[in-house]
Amino acid sequence: MSRAAAFLTRRRGGAGWHWTDVVTFLWLGAGLVIIFGPALWLVLSSFKSPAQLSEFPPTLLPYEARTVEVPGYDRPLPLYIVTDEGGTRTLAEVRRVGTVAQMVDPEAPDEVQRIDIANRTPVRAVGFSWSNYLDPFLRFDFLNYTRNSVFVTGMATLITLLTNSMAAFALSKYEFRGRGAVLVLIVATLMIPLSVILVPLYSIIAGVGLVNTLWGVILPTVATPTGVFLLRQYMLTIPDELLEAARMDHASEWQIYWRIVLPLTAPALAVLAIFSVVWRWNDFLWPLIVLSRQEVYTLQVGLNAYAGELNVQWHYLLAMTVITMVPVVLVFVFLQRFITAGIAGTGLK
Amino acid sequence: MAALKQWAGAAVAAPLEWIARALDAPLRLWQRVAGRGGMIAFFLAPNMAIFGIFVLLPLVINVAYSTTTGGALFLSERRFVGLDQYRRLLTCDDYSDLLTCQEDQFWTALTNTGTFVVLQVSLLIAIATATALILNRSLRARGFWRAVFFFPVLLSPVVVGLIWRWILDRNGVLNAALAGMGLDPVNWLLERNWAFAAAIGVTIWAHLGFYALILLAGLQAIPRDLYEAAEMDGTPPARVFWRITLPLLMPNMLVVIVLALIRAVQVFDEAFVLTGGGPGTATLFLTQYIYEVGFASLLKNPGLASAASILMGSILIVLTLAQLGLGRWNERRGGKK
Repeated sequence: MSRAAAFLTRRRGGAGWHWTDVVTFLWLGAGLVIIFGPALWLVLSSFKSPAQLSEFPPTLLPYEARTVEVPGYDRPLPLYIVTDEGGTRTLAEVRRVGTVAQMVDPEAPDEVQRIDIANRTPVRAVGFSWSNYLDPFLRFDFLNYTRNSVFVTGMATLITLLTNSMAAFALSKYEFRGRGAVLVLIVATLMIPLSVILVPLYSIIAGVGLVNTLWGVILPTVATPTGVFLLRQYMLTIPDELLEAARMDHASEWQIYWRIVLPLTAPALAVLAIFSVVWRWNDFLWPLIVLSRQEVYTLQVGLNAYAGELNVQWHYLLAMTVITMVPVVLVFVFLQRFITAGIAGTGLK
Repeated sequence: MAALKQWAGAAVAAPLEWIARALDAPLRLWQRVAGRGGMIAFFLAPNMAIFGIFVLLPLVINVAYSTTTGGALFLSERRFVGLDQYRRLLTCDDYSDLLTCQEDQFWTALTNTGTFVVLQVSLLIAIATATALILNRSLRARGFWRAVFFFPVLLSPVVVGLIWRWILDRNGVLNAALAGMGLDPVNWLLERNWAFAAAIGVTIWAHLGFYALILLAGLQAIPRDLYEAAEMDGTPPARVFWRITLPLLMPNMLVVIVLALIRAVQVFDEAFVLTGGGPGTATLFLTQYIYEVGFASLLKNPGLASAASILMGSILIVLTLAQLGLGRWNERRGGKK
């Protein structure tokens, strides 16, 4: 601990502390707590049992009540430490009536004692309620929601990569009349957010019969202007001589796109793929509108519906929130630098 | 791991390769028949078709849609009423008392959104600038710290909303901390002003890293020798900030301000999951109003929702044009110096 402190307070060149160093230190420290704290709290809470979640003040770690097998009782009984005029001892609860509990000594199970519940505290050890994670998949539709989310994310990303790269290829490697107009059109629609076209877009989706289908969620999202823009900027850096050489060798235009340009665009395609996965996984407003039947819900819509119920079952809800967060956290841990480089370079989001 | 990666790559690539190869013969034929122009059309077609049907067409339809009334979904079955929907949205008996407006919910959403935009954007920009300045110092492990602030940007709005709903719950950890310090617990999400503050705070929490990143990129592009020269002249740090850092950061700052404004005007998902627009209508914002009127409420009125969305779109267009104008003005001013 002291070595860690020494490491953290070490200054380059052994210079003293300036007030700006203190501000920096405090700002970063506060940032770390405020940003990771809530996510960490979510994960810790998601392993708590319903009884534990309703405790106030809450404990940091999830605990489980210790139980014991007592001869003569067919289920394990919860253990308590009892302190009253009879001294301090560990008893197991058989039954509770109002404020009085009927308890037995696990060593002498025949004699039932009546204990005031104010005089006892449960015996607990750190333990994880894995059922929070298992039950929603086994008993509710979360497996289905996850499958829908994976399908939407995967399919939308594939189509985005294909159509955007084809359009970017045409817009970067060919001279034709109207190219400028097409580009302006694409860039202009960067500024049209979904919330401005919600109603008519819904009527179009309904017109082609895609309401309550996953394709109704996928199709409107795949022609991303940012994707076309990003890929085009990258393809412009591929030298045209390469394409000319291929044409000399009687390569078709399709082969040029497929065999030459696409492999060379791989880094930009990777960035777009990461973005697309995060975007589509996180989409909420549009799926909320298109999907009104439970069997087609995506995770985000399912979570929201579950959180909106009259009696929110927080133990399941928190666990499912963690599950929904997992893919994005994986992207964050392994691919974060690609994304930050992409944003810093183009300002896209 | 590497073998697995290669295998997974091959599993995706092989069928695609097969499809691409199968497509080659018909496309070669098409190229012979239609020429290079035909191929350009072929490459553009899928994207532009999706784009046209799902972005441009709705945009055009929306204008027509906002002049109709009734519950029917398809434009052809709807009754034309001219500008009635706009009149309904904008008419008030007494503009000093918004409860006398015909659509008082719309005005509530509008004023809420206005207040939200002003407070959220100014706070967000201030905090993002401070964070970027701090990340731009010669830090150990700068990449790590940058990543820390960026983390919430990737989280889904639903997850963000639920995380904070859990923390701000009446029996949540924040109230436990307050109680531990001997303070009275606060009903964060059930008191109007606190719920509004929570919506601002949570959206800042979620988006801060994105804007700090763009500002940081701008800071890092400022040449070091300018600072060295200022240091040699003994310029005080505050003056360095106002005279060197801020002017040179202006292009990125403008982008950040406008992006933040545009997103704040559309605020919806985090706030919706966090408060559901409540308590009452304390955190009802424009996008939620459009969603409620057009889809969620029992008395759906798509025409009214469409008119409201066009009004919102015009606000966004004004903001975008303001950005373009400011950018030009900033460039010209920079050129003169």
